[in-house]
Amino acid sequence: MKYLVLIYGNDESWDWDTWSKDEFDRTNREMDKIIDEFRESGELVDGHGLAAPRQTKTVWLKEGVPVVTDGPFGESKEVLAGYFLIDCESADRAVELAKRVQQVPAPETQRGLPVEVRPIMDDAGLEM
Amino acid sequence: MSELTDVEHLLRALTPRVLGALIRRYGHFDACEDATQEALLAAAVQWPRDGIPENPRSWLITVASRRLTDQLRSEESRRRREVAAAATVRPEELVSPPADADDGQAADDTVTLLFLCCHPALSPASQIALTLRAVGGLTTAEIAHAFLVPEATMAQRISRAKQRIKSTGIPFRMPPQEEFDDRLLVVLRVLYLIFNEGYTATSGPALHRSELANEAIRLTRELHQLLPGDPEVAGLLALMLLTDARRPARTRPDGSLVPLAEQDRSLWNRDAIAEGIDLITRTLPRGRVGPYQVQAAIAAIHDEATEAKDTDWEQILALYQILDRIAPGPMVTLNRIVALAMVHGPQAGLAELDDLERDARLAQHHRLHAVRAHLLEMAGDLQAAQASYRTAAHLTTSLPEQRYLNARLAGITDVH
Repeated sequence: MKYLVLIYGNDESWDWDTWSKDEFDRTNREMDKIIDEFRESGELVDGHGLAAPRQTKTVWLKEGVPVVTDGPFGESKEVLAGYFLIDCESADRAVELAKRVQQVPAPETQRGLPVEVRPIMDDAGLEM
Repeated sequence: MSELTDVEHLLRALTPRVLGALIRRYGHFDACEDATQEALLAAAVQWPRDGIPENPRSWLITVASRRLTDQLRSEESRRRREVAAAATVRPEELVSPPADADDGQAADDTVTLLFLCCHPALSPASQIALTLRAVGGLTTAEIAHAFLVPEATMAQRISRAKQRIKSTGIPFRMPPQEEFDDRLLVVLRVLYLIFNEGYTATSGPALHRSELANEAIRLTRELHQLLPGDPEVAGLLALMLLTDARRPARTRPDGSLVPLAEQDRSLWNRDAIAEGIDLITRTLPRGRVGPYQVQAAIAAIHDEATEAKDTDWEQILALYQILDRIAPGPMVTLNRIVALAMVHGPQAGLAELDDLERDARLAQHHRLHAVRAHLLEMAGDLQAAQASYRTAAHLTTSLPEQRYLNARLAGITDVH
């Protein structure tokens, strides 16, 4: 089954000058390790980091006309920072992998950020 | 996957025979697998050009053996592989007949290979990938395509599975007598999983997934030919044939699902049904009844009814009661409850559903809510049915099922 693991960040997630060099190196190293692990196990389908929030464009429909605004929608402090598309045996396993992502060491400013696990809808259907 | 040429068909069929022959002689599952792939590739290029050789299997075995010994020899000076090779090949096999001996041996090799690929030490995903690759002869790309993952991902899974075989030292031989039945069950389950993966795919862009169902049937048929005395193998084959027979009526052109009760039965594959019924009818009297045989018998009863209303639900209920005893599980219980409702009315079914919902695993399973919704609708409690259909629709991860459940929900709302 396929899952999307959504990694959230905040303003400081892209301000790496606020991280110490050690923190930065360690986070990258640990994240690379996870990517290798997921690739090793054959569970990684895709995964990428997303660009800083200010590069976001949001498209709305106002009175039938598409309108584009700069930046993410909503007032939330949390914004999507990256994702993994994984294919694994069960929901439990997907959560296990998400826990591994959460456990990547990060500076104080990055604590308390959520990692969401969303099942992806499948083409297959049982006979009813 | 488009239609295969003669060469492709032949290569697919020969893959397990060649691989099995090599492993039997040399051990080193992963190296043999690589060498076999290379020989197959060479054949795929040369045979269309030069014609199919007189003994295609010998040709492949010769080419593969040559590559293998070259490969092993080049590593010899570094790691003294001969010693390791001797250890993975049984002593009596060191003077075994040449790798391309008779067909009987080739048949045994295929079964042995199947057992190897389905070894319990491997994860189900690995078992499936390896079986399709080593016994089914599918390319990594084809398997990846069927499971909707990138080729690199599938290649990694196969590579890992081969590594695991190597590191756990799984031998290339039939399981010992006392383990045979249990090991065969694992093989059958892998084949069933492959079938299910292919069968539940809808039409359209997912057509390549339906090829998996054909592949599962092909492999099970072969296993049945090699183990004609085993009733569960026959049962599984019958089940697959009887289930696959309904495929043409399962989906509408837009990909939505047609429930069993509403399918246009004139579209069912009558030949497959005849074969399946014949097979299960001959198999059941042998005794040693197992879950696949019972499921096949249930499928046969469905397929025998020319119209949905002619379905012998009492027989089906009796069979689910047997299944409940020999292979209980939540899905079996749910299906039994549906049959119960068809025989004794929806209230009887709903009462049992209440009991079932106490199981925490099931309370969140969309099928339970779908069945409840269906029974409530049957009982005329439309408001409650709506709520259950909505819950089921939110809990499913299947697009076609979600569409179906929402359609039923809309159907009730319209009546109001």
